[in-house]
Amino acid sequence: MDQLIQQLINGLSVGATYALIALGYTMVYGILRLINFAHGEVYMVGAVSSYYLAEWSMGWTHSLWVSLPIVVVGSMVTCAILGFLIEFLAYRPLRDRPRLVVLISAIGVSLLLQNLAQFQAIFGPTPKRFPELIQSTPVLYNAAHTIVLTNLDILSLGLSLGLMVIMTWVVLGTKTGLALRAVSFRFDISMLMGINTGKIISFTFMFGSALAAVAGTIDAIRYDVRPLMGLMPGLKAFVAAVLGGIGSIPGAVVGGLLMGLSETLVKGYLPSAYTGYADAVAFVVLIVILLVRPTGLFGRVAPEKV
Amino acid sequence: MNVNMTPFRRLPTLPVWVINSALTAILVGLWPLGRALEQNLNPYYLQILILVGINIMLAVSLNLVNGITGQFSLGHAGFMAVGAYTAGVLLRHYQPEGGAIVPAMLGVLILGGLLAAAAGLIVGIPTLRLQGDYLAIATLGFGEIINVVIINTESVGPFYVGGSAGLHGIPIYANFFWTFGAALFCVVCVWRLAYSNKGKAFAAIREDEIAAGAMGVNTTYYKVAAFVIGAFFAGVAGGVSATWFGNLDPESFRFMRSIEIVAMVVLGGSGSITGAIVAAILLTWLPEQLRAVQEWRLVIYALVLILMMIFRPAGLLGNRELWPVPGRRKPAPPATSDPDSRQRMMAEG
Repeated sequence: MDQLIQQLINGLSVGATYALIALGYTMVYGILRLINFAHGEVYMVGAVSSYYLAEWSMGWTHSLWVSLPIVVVGSMVTCAILGFLIEFLAYRPLRDRPRLVVLISAIGVSLLLQNLAQFQAIFGPTPKRFPELIQSTPVLYNAAHTIVLTNLDILSLGLSLGLMVIMTWVVLGTKTGLALRAVSFRFDISMLMGINTGKIISFTFMFGSALAAVAGTIDAIRYDVRPLMGLMPGLKAFVAAVLGGIGSIPGAVVGGLLMGLSETLVKGYLPSAYTGYADAVAFVVLIVILLVRPTGLFGRVAPEKV
Repeated sequence: MNVNMTPFRRLPTLPVWVINSALTAILVGLWPLGRALEQNLNPYYLQILILVGINIMLAVSLNLVNGITGQFSLGHAGFMAVGAYTAGVLLRHYQPEGGAIVPAMLGVLILGGLLAAAAGLIVGIPTLRLQGDYLAIATLGFGEIINVVIINTESVGPFYVGGSAGLHGIPIYANFFWTFGAALFCVVCVWRLAYSNKGKAFAAIREDEIAAGAMGVNTTYYKVAAFVIGAFFAGVAGGVSATWFGNLDPESFRFMRSIEIVAMVVLGGSGSITGAIVAAILLTWLPEQLRAVQEWRLVIYALVLILMMIFRPAGLLGNRELWPVPGRRKPAPPATSDPDSRQRMMAEG
C-alpha cells in the first residue's frame, strides 16, 4: 500500500512536467494543426538556460528565494524568445504550405537546437549536474519513511499547478485568450473578425515555450542537464497531448499526469528484467490511442472535408 | 488530378530484353569492377563508396514510402535494424566458410529483408490508417520500440544478440559487389514499380488519398504494400551494413538515422528516384569532406532541411527524374501539393 502511494506521488511529480510540455504541444496544435517537433528542444533549452542562470545567480547570492525566481523566470523569458524566433523564422514563411513541409522544417529546427547545444562553447555533449541550488530533502513523510514527499516533488507539483491556474485564467479570462480560442476554433473566420492571427500565433508559441522552460528547469534540478534530454520527454509529452485529445487544454494536463503515472507504475511493478521496456510504454499507449480513439479523451471529432 | 489538356506523347520505350540484358551486364560487371576497386582504391575511399551504396538503398526505399506514396514515415532505421541484426546474428552464429559464403550471404540478406518486411507489415497495417503527422509520430514510435526491444534482448534461443553492448565479431563478407548489387536490385525494383500501372496508384494516393479511393484505388492495400516493400529494402541495406562493418551498435539505428534518410529523400526531391540517389551520394560524400568540422555536420543537415523547406520544398529534382521516363506523360505535370493551385487547376479543367 505504502509503495503504491509512493509510486503515485512519483508519478504525479513526473506527470506534472509532462503536462507542462504537453500544454505547449496542444496549444500550438489547436491553432496551427502543427506538431511542433522542436518543442522538446525548447524544454532542453529551458534546462540549459536555467543551469547557466543558477550558476550565475549563485555566484552572488546564497538565498534560495532570490535565485530560484531568477532561474525560473529567466529561463521562461529565454524560451519565450526562442519560441517566438522558431515560429517567426522556421514556420511563418511556410504558413500556406502543406503540413508535411512544416513538419520537416520542425524536425530541422529540433535537430539544429540539439546539435548547437552540443558545441562546447554553448553547452557541450556531456551531461552536467545542476548547481546545488536545492537539495532533495524529505518534507512530508510517515513514521517508517516509506512514503516520502520531497521538496522537489512539492516544487514540481506547485509550480505546475500554479502555472496551470494562470494559464486557465489567461485562456478563459482575458481578451487575448478569447482571441486565442477564436483562432483555434476557425482560423480564417477569426481573421475576418479582425483578430491579428500572426500576433496570436506568436503569443501561443511564447506561452507554450515558457511552460516548457519551467518543465525543463524542474527536470534539470531533479536529474541533470544534457543536450539530448529533450527527445524522450518531448515525445512522451506529445503522446500525453494525444492521449488527452490534442487541441484540448484540460486534456493535456490529464494526459500528462496519466503518462507520468503509467510510466512510474510500470517501472515500479514490472519485474526488474523488464524495466528496460518502460520507455516503450509511451509508444504503445500512443499507438493504442490512435487506433482506438484518435480524438483522445477530451478531443472533439473533426470531420474530414473533401 | 492532372487535367491539363496539352496533347501528350509517350517517349519510345526500349524493348524489355535490351533493358534486361543491359542490367544483367551491369550486375555481372560489378564483380570485376569491385575486385579492381578493392585492390587499387584507398580503403578510406572504398569505405565512403560502400556507405554511398548503403545510403542509396535506404534513400530509394524510403522514397517509395515518403516520396512516391506520400506516407511520411520516420521509422526507417528501425527496419534497417531488423535486417542488420538478422544478418549479423545469423552470420556470427554459423560463421560460414569458403564456398558457403555466397549462398549464406544471399540467404541472410533476403531473410533480413523478409523479416524487416514482416515488421513493416505489422507496423503498417495499424499505423497506415493514420495520416500525415500522426503517421510520422507513430512510425517514429515503432522505430523506438524496435530499438528498445533490441537493447533489452541479450539472446534469442541459441543466438547471441548482444543487447545494449551491441553485436561484435560479425564476419565481414560484404564488399563492393554485394553492396552495389543489392543497391542496383533495389533501384530497379522501385523504379519499375513506381513507373508501372500500379505505380500510378501510389502517386494517386500521394496526390489526394480521398480522390484516389473514390476512383477505386484500394488505398490501404497500396499504402501497406509501399511500406512493406520499403521495409524489405531497408532490411537488405541493414544486412549489408552489418556484414561490412562487422559490428552493430543499437544506438546507431535510432531516430537520428531515420532523420538522415529522410533528409536524403527531401533533398533529392520527394518522388524522384534519381533525386534520392543524387542526394544519398551528396549527403554521404559531403560530410566526409567536412571531417575537419565534424561537429558542424548535423547542424548543416538541420539547416539544409529548414532552408530546403523554405526555399525549395520540392527538393533538388522535384518529382522529376534526371532523364525523361519512357512511357510517362510528357510534359511532366507540375509538382504541386498546394491545395490552392490544385483547386485552380480543377476549376480551369
